[in-house]
Amino acid sequence: MYESLKQLCIEEETKGIPFWQLVQMEDCKELQKTPEQSAREMMTIYQAMRASFEEYEDELQSASGLVGGAGAMIYRRRTEGALLCGDFIGCVMEKALKISESNACMKRIVAAPTAGSCGVVPAVFLSIQDQRNLSDEQMVEGLYVAGGIGGVIAARASLSGAAGGCQAEIGAASAMAAGGLVYLQGGNANDISNAAALALKSLLGLACDPVAGLVEVPCVKRNVLGAVNAVTAADMTLAGIVSRIPADEVFDAMHNIGKHMDEEIRETAKGGLATTPTGMQFSEKIAMC
Amino acid sequence: MNLLDIVGPVMVGPSSSHTAGAVKIGLISRKLMGEKITNADIYFHGSFLSTGKGHGTDRAILAGLLGYGVDDPVIPHSFEAAEKEGLHYSIKGIDLGEVHPNSVKMLLTGTSGKELEIVAASIGGGRIQICELDGLTANFSGDYPTLIVHNVDQPGHVTEVTSMLAHKSVNIATMQLYRKSRGGDAVMVIECDQEVPVEAIRWLAHLEGIVKVTYLSIAGE
Repeated sequence: MYESLKQLCIEEETKGIPFWQLVQMEDCKELQKTPEQSAREMMTIYQAMRASFEEYEDELQSASGLVGGAGAMIYRRRTEGALLCGDFIGCVMEKALKISESNACMKRIVAAPTAGSCGVVPAVFLSIQDQRNLSDEQMVEGLYVAGGIGGVIAARASLSGAAGGCQAEIGAASAMAAGGLVYLQGGNANDISNAAALALKSLLGLACDPVAGLVEVPCVKRNVLGAVNAVTAADMTLAGIVSRIPADEVFDAMHNIGKHMDEEIRETAKGGLATTPTGMQFSEKIAMC
Repeated sequence: MNLLDIVGPVMVGPSSSHTAGAVKIGLISRKLMGEKITNADIYFHGSFLSTGKGHGTDRAILAGLLGYGVDDPVIPHSFEAAEKEGLHYSIKGIDLGEVHPNSVKMLLTGTSGKELEIVAASIGGGRIQICELDGLTANFSGDYPTLIVHNVDQPGHVTEVTSMLAHKSVNIATMQLYRKSRGGDAVMVIECDQEVPVEAIRWLAHLEGIVKVTYLSIAGE
């Protein structure tokens, strides 16, 4: 895997091979696959993302009872034309909620990069595909872009809440989605890196403090934040707004911040929202059932 | 970590460590048994114990023991599946001491009466580690064909195993040796780049001083 987005930018420029294809070639080299095999696997992943949205059930509740039904509520508000955000962001919110609620309810999802952040990338990708009538093949190229960004973050920092807090899950997912989105709007490697940097910068420092240790509160609603943040980072990039700190250095900063985080706010449910009076009440109630 | 670990895997939620990792521990255990499991006593430790119910860790590990993969929709319904498929089980808590917080100990019995004791941990992102087999240290991921040989600690057994592998053109990726005491129980854990032929494993099991041979095949995955 690549360990630097700057390296990908240089190679796109000098070799004339697009970002997504450089990531694909690396995958093929490491695992001795043909590009066709690799693309087929990625298509399966994309179809599973689509299914994870379409198989949502309005009535489903998680075992703890803390999660369920939010995606359906936003859907109603959106179809009534009542959302302040407008329809596109409404679609993104609805999908992020539905997919991460399905995850909490033990349905099938794609961990991208993690199960806790599984709503972010598909919310953005499925919404842009529907709005702009993009082909599945284009979406697969976008997934290579997202995967390439995630790979660099994994190499320089981490993709796990236990190691780096929520910034490493929702933050990383948001950077992946933002880069993919910019690519799907015609962006090159520099634009992709810029969007990833803008997206992650806004989520640095985010703690992982799940109530009762479950992937529910605040995870489900944070998927909305990650997805919407990806769209704004993409729009800023497409408008020509430049991140003053380059992506690789933002990832290094995330690593540095993760190292400074106490264990209490790294997926242990020993701090933050988990130990608020209400969080503790939920935790006790769940433990008894 | 490869690309499909980052954009993937496709899995049943809610947690890569507490759900997908637990399925994988069950599935690798099922493969190590090499036969259908009829009884499983499962002991959850640490975070598996305290948050396992909400994460479906119990249902996930059972689904794995029944042979289902991390993306199988059976996972939420594995209690019913276990009953239908004749897998008796008990689930309890345990304190395993200074081990990974997401750890589990299992005592398994197969259709032929074969028994296996396993301690395993889910170490993050759906990756797992088999830590102990039958009370002896192991430490392998289940990502490679893995040969585990329990033998009496005496000269020559490592040579027997490695020359057999060389003869069968199996390349060794990693190799670990442990023993309880000098001249006592010893174990070698060998991760391989190719599958080890069945007849070679059978031959090995009959050698003097070899106590037990366990093999993890990843073929068909």
